Amino acid sequence: MSDPVASPFASERALKRLRRRRAADRRFKWYGRLAIGFALAALALLLASIATQAVSSASYHVVAFDLNLDKKTFGTTRPDDPPPVDKVYGLVRSDLLERFPEADTDPALRHELMGLVTRLAVLPVAREIVRKPRDIGTVRRAALPLSDDLDLFLKGATARHLTVPVGRVEVDEDELPAVTLTGAGAFEHVIAVASLEAMPELGSPGAGSILMTAGASSLELTRLTTSEATGNLLTGSIDDFRAHPVRARLIPAPESERTISDRQIAWLLALKADGRVARVPHWSLLTHTDSTQPELAGALAAIVGSLLTLLITAALAIPVGILASIYLEEFAPQNRVTGLIEVNINNLAAVPSIVFGLLGAAVFLGAFGLPRSAPVVGGLVLALLILPVVIIASRTALKAVPQSIRDAALAIGASRMQTVFHHVLPLAAPGMLTGAILGMARALGETAPLLLIGMVAFVAEVPRGPTDEATALPVLIYSWATQAERAWEPMTGAVILILLAFLIAMNGVVVFLRRKFERRW
Amino acid sequence: MDGTLGEKTAPDKGVLPDAPEVAARMSCRNINVYYGEKQAIYDVSLQIADRSVTALIGPSGCGKSTFLRCLNRMNDTIEGCRVEGEILMEGENINSPSIDPVLLRSRVGMVFQKPNPFPKSIYENIAYGPRIHGLAQGREDLDEIVEKSLRRAGLWEEVKDRLNVAGTSLSGGQQQRLCIARAIAVRPEVILMDEPCSALDPIATARIEELIDDLRKRYCIVIVTHSMQQAARVSQRTAFFHLGSLVEMGETDQIFTSPRDRRTEDYITGRFG
Amino acid sequence: MSEHIVSAFTEELERLSADILRMGGIVEEMIVDSCRAVLHNDLELAAEVIERDPQVDRMEADVERQIVSLIARRQPMAHDLRSVFSALKVSGELERIGDLSKNIGKRALNLDTAVFPAMRSGVARMAGPVSRQLHQVLNAYASGNAAEAKAVWESDDEIDQHYNALFREMLTYMIEDPRSISDGAHMLFMAKNLERIGDHCTNIAEFVFFQITGENLMQQDRPKL
Repeated sequence: MSDPVASPFASERALKRLRRRRAADRRFKWYGRLAIGFALAALALLLASIATQAVSSASYHVVAFDLNLDKKTFGTTRPDDPPPVDKVYGLVRSDLLERFPEADTDPALRHELMGLVTRLAVLPVAREIVRKPRDIGTVRRAALPLSDDLDLFLKGATARHLTVPVGRVEVDEDELPAVTLTGAGAFEHVIAVASLEAMPELGSPGAGSILMTAGASSLELTRLTTSEATGNLLTGSIDDFRAHPVRARLIPAPESERTISDRQIAWLLALKADGRVARVPHWSLLTHTDSTQPELAGALAAIVGSLLTLLITAALAIPVGILASIYLEEFAPQNRVTGLIEVNINNLAAVPSIVFGLLGAAVFLGAFGLPRSAPVVGGLVLALLILPVVIIASRTALKAVPQSIRDAALAIGASRMQTVFHHVLPLAAPGMLTGAILGMARALGETAPLLLIGMVAFVAEVPRGPTDEATALPVLIYSWATQAERAWEPMTGAVILILLAFLIAMNGVVVFLRRKFERRW
Repeated sequence: MDGTLGEKTAPDKGVLPDAPEVAARMSCRNINVYYGEKQAIYDVSLQIADRSVTALIGPSGCGKSTFLRCLNRMNDTIEGCRVEGEILMEGENINSPSIDPVLLRSRVGMVFQKPNPFPKSIYENIAYGPRIHGLAQGREDLDEIVEKSLRRAGLWEEVKDRLNVAGTSLSGGQQQRLCIARAIAVRPEVILMDEPCSALDPIATARIEELIDDLRKRYCIVIVTHSMQQAARVSQRTAFFHLGSLVEMGETDQIFTSPRDRRTEDYITGRFG
Repeated sequence: MSEHIVSAFTEELERLSADILRMGGIVEEMIVDSCRAVLHNDLELAAEVIERDPQVDRMEADVERQIVSLIARRQPMAHDLRSVFSALKVSGELERIGDLSKNIGKRALNLDTAVFPAMRSGVARMAGPVSRQLHQVLNAYASGNAAEAKAVWESDDEIDQHYNALFREMLTYMIEDPRSISDGAHMLFMAKNLERIGDHCTNIAEFVFFQITGENLMQQDRPKL
C-alpha cells in the first residue's frame, strides 16, 4: 500500500474495529468454554461427592466363626424347614461367650457382647444349612458381618479414635480389675495428644475414653499422669501387657454419646488381635435384599424390582409409542384433530411425574384393583409417563428421514405401508430406539410416581413376578437416605452409583446403536 | 384407441396452436391443480408424444413440476393438493378413482431432482421395484432384470463388480443413473424427470442427457428442467409454463428459434420481468 | 424489446448491430463514391474507394469475432439467436458489396479518359437505386421493420431492369464505334457489379426479415413486375 490512508483496511479506525471484532469473538468463545467448564465441574462435584460417600461401603468388616454344626442340634433339619436362625445364632453366642468369659456374668454385658453380630447376620448360613444338610456334623467356617456401628468404628467413620504407641511399661497388678501401668514419662505423648484433642480430664463429665491395649487385652483408663496410668481391665489378661507393647487409643467422644461402648471396642480389638476380623468386598450390597440392619441390607430386591418394572414399561411404551408416532407422522391427515393431539402429546411430556403417580394410584389401584407395590402397576404408570417422550423422539426420528426416500419408494409404485416399513423405518430405527432407551432411562430414575403407588414398601424378598411386592432403585435410595443410622449414608451412595451405572449402560447402548445402525443418505 | 391423436382427443387450436400429428402417450385436458385455496395450474391441456422427450420449461413456481407430478399422481402424497381434469393414458383417465395410484406409478416412473437412491446396495435398489410388483420369477430372473436395467441406464460397466456396494456410495451422476435404472426396472411406459441434472456437474449432466436420448427410443419421457439449453438439447417438444398456465408448446426447434408468444421469447432470451 | 437480465448481453447485441450499421454506411458510401468517380473521371476518389475496402474487411472480421464470442458465452436463443445469425450473414454480404464497389473503383482507374463521357452516366444512373436499396435495407435492419425489408426484397426487379437497359445502351455504343469497346466492356462489368450488389441487398433483406419475424422470405413468392 503506497498510501495507507486511502486503503480501507489500513486506517486506524478500521484496525481498531477489527481488533474489537476479534476480541468479541474471543470473548464469546471463552464464555462458551466457561459454561462447559461450569457444567463439567458441577457434574464432577456431584459424582465425586457420591463416590467418596459410597467408597467406604465398597468393603465391610466380617468376623470369622467356626460353627460346629453338630448332629445333636441340627440332626433333624429337613430341606423345607424354616432356617434355624436361633440355633446358629446360639453357636455364635456360645463362641463369643467362650472367648470373652467376663461377659457371661452379667445379662447386660451379654447383651452388649451380642451387639457385635446381629442375629439376622446368620440367616444366610442358616439357609444354607437347610439347603445343604450334608454340612451337618462338620465345623463350618463362616464370616459374619460385623454390626454396622463397629464396622464404621473400624473404618474411622464413627467414634473417631486416635492410636498413640506407648511402648513397654511396668505393670502393677493392683486389685483386679484395676491395673496400673508405670513408666517415667511414658504417657507424656498420650497426654499431649489428649489435650490437643481438647479432651476433658478423665472422670469429669463429658470426658472421652482412653483405652490401653496390648495384644488382645484392653484397659479402660480412669486416671492418667505422665508416668502412671490406672484403669480397669475390660477384657483379656494382664500378661498381655507384659508380653506386648502397649498402645493408647484415645476416643474423644464420651461413651454416653456413642452408639458403641468402650467394652464393645475392647472386644472388637481383641477379635481383631485374634485375626478373626477381616475387611472384605461388600458383595452383599448386590446379593442381599433390604434389611433393617445396614450391614445386612442389599439392593437386590430393588434391582430386580426396577428391572421388572422397566420390562413392563418397555413392553407397553415402546410398541405403543412407536406405532402412534408412525401413524401420526406417516399416515394421519394434517388437520385440527391431529394438531390437537400433537399439542397434547407435547404437553403431556411436560406434566410433573407425580401427577402420573396420582393417576396410577387412582386408576390402576383404585378402579382396576391391581395389587399395590407391584412392578406391573409401576410399569404401567411409568409407561404412561414416558409415552409422550417416546412418541416425540420417534416422530423426530421419522421427520429426519428425508422426504426424497419416501418419494423414491412411492415413485416406483410402493404402497404407503411398504414405503414406511421397507424404507423409512430402517432409517429411523436408530433414532427411535435412542428415544425409547432414553425414555426408559428416565423411567428408571423416576421416584415420585412409584412412591404414590406404594412401591416404597420394605421388601425383604426378591420379587418373583410383576405382581409381587417390589421396590425400585430410586425408591430404595429415597428410603435409605431418610434412615437415621450413620451406616446408611455410604450405602445410599453405593446404590446411587449402581443406579448411575445402569443409566450409563443404557446410554452406552444408545451410543452403540447409533454407531452401528446409523446410515447416511 | 391406437395412441395417435384422433378427432376426439384433438385439443382446441387455441390451446395447442400447432398440435402436430404425434402419437400421444398421454393427453391431458383442462388440468387444474389447487393447493388448498391456492390454484397452481390453470386449465392446462397438452399431448405427450410417445417415444420422444417432452421438456417442460418455465420460471420457478410456474407449475411445471406440479404438472409433472400430476402425471403419476405424486400430488396425492401432498396434503391438501387437489387435481381436476382428465389425463388419458390408453383411453383411461388416470385421475379416476378406479385407477390405483400405486399401479399407475409402476407404469409412469419418476426420477427426482436430487439423486435419491435407497441406502441399500445397488442390487437392492434396482431389485426392490420388480420385487414388490412381482415382476421376477426367482433369483435368476431378478438378476437379469437388474443387469438389463443397469445396462439401459449405462451404468452396468461401472458397477457390475460391486453390486453389493451401497447405492449412496456412488458419485452424484452415477446415483442419478441408478435412480433411472431403478425406474426402468419396473418396466414403465412413461418416465418423468424432475430436473434430473440440477445437482450434477456438466460431465455427469452430459451422460444423463446421452442416456435420455437413448431411452427416448423405448420410452415416453417428460423432463422438467431449469436449463433451457438442456431442454433444447434433449427434447423434441417443449412446453413453456408461466404462472400456472401453458403459454406455448411446440417443436423444440421452433420454440428456441422463433417462439410465437412474447412471454416465451422473453423467458428463453433471458429478458424476464 | 425489453432489456436482458444480463445487461452486458444487451450491450453486446447493440454493439454488434451498430457495427453492422457502421459497416453498411461505409459500404453504401463506397458504392456512391465509386460510381461518382466513374462519372466525373475522378481518379483520386476511385483510389480512395479502393483504399476503403480493407477497412470493411477488418470490420467484417471484427464482427465475426464478436459473434463467435457471443455464441460461446451467451448461447443466444430465439430473437437473439436470429439477430446474431443475421448479423453474421449481413456482415458477409456487406463485405461482398464492399468488394464489388472496390472493383468498380478499380475499373474507373482503367477507363479511357478521352472518349465517350456520355457512356459514364449510365452507371451513375444505376448506382442511385442500388445504393437506395442498401440504404433502405439498412434502415429496416436498424429499425426492425419487417415490411421495409420485404419491400427491398420485392424491388429487386427494378435493379434488373436498370441493368438490362444499361446493357442494351452499352451494346449500342460499342456497335456504333469500336473505340468504345474497351470502356464499354468495363461499363458492362460495372453494371454487372451493381446488379450483384442489388442481389446482395435482397439477401440482406431476407436475413433482416428472418431476424425480425423468424420466418423465411424465400419460401414466399416474389412478385414479378
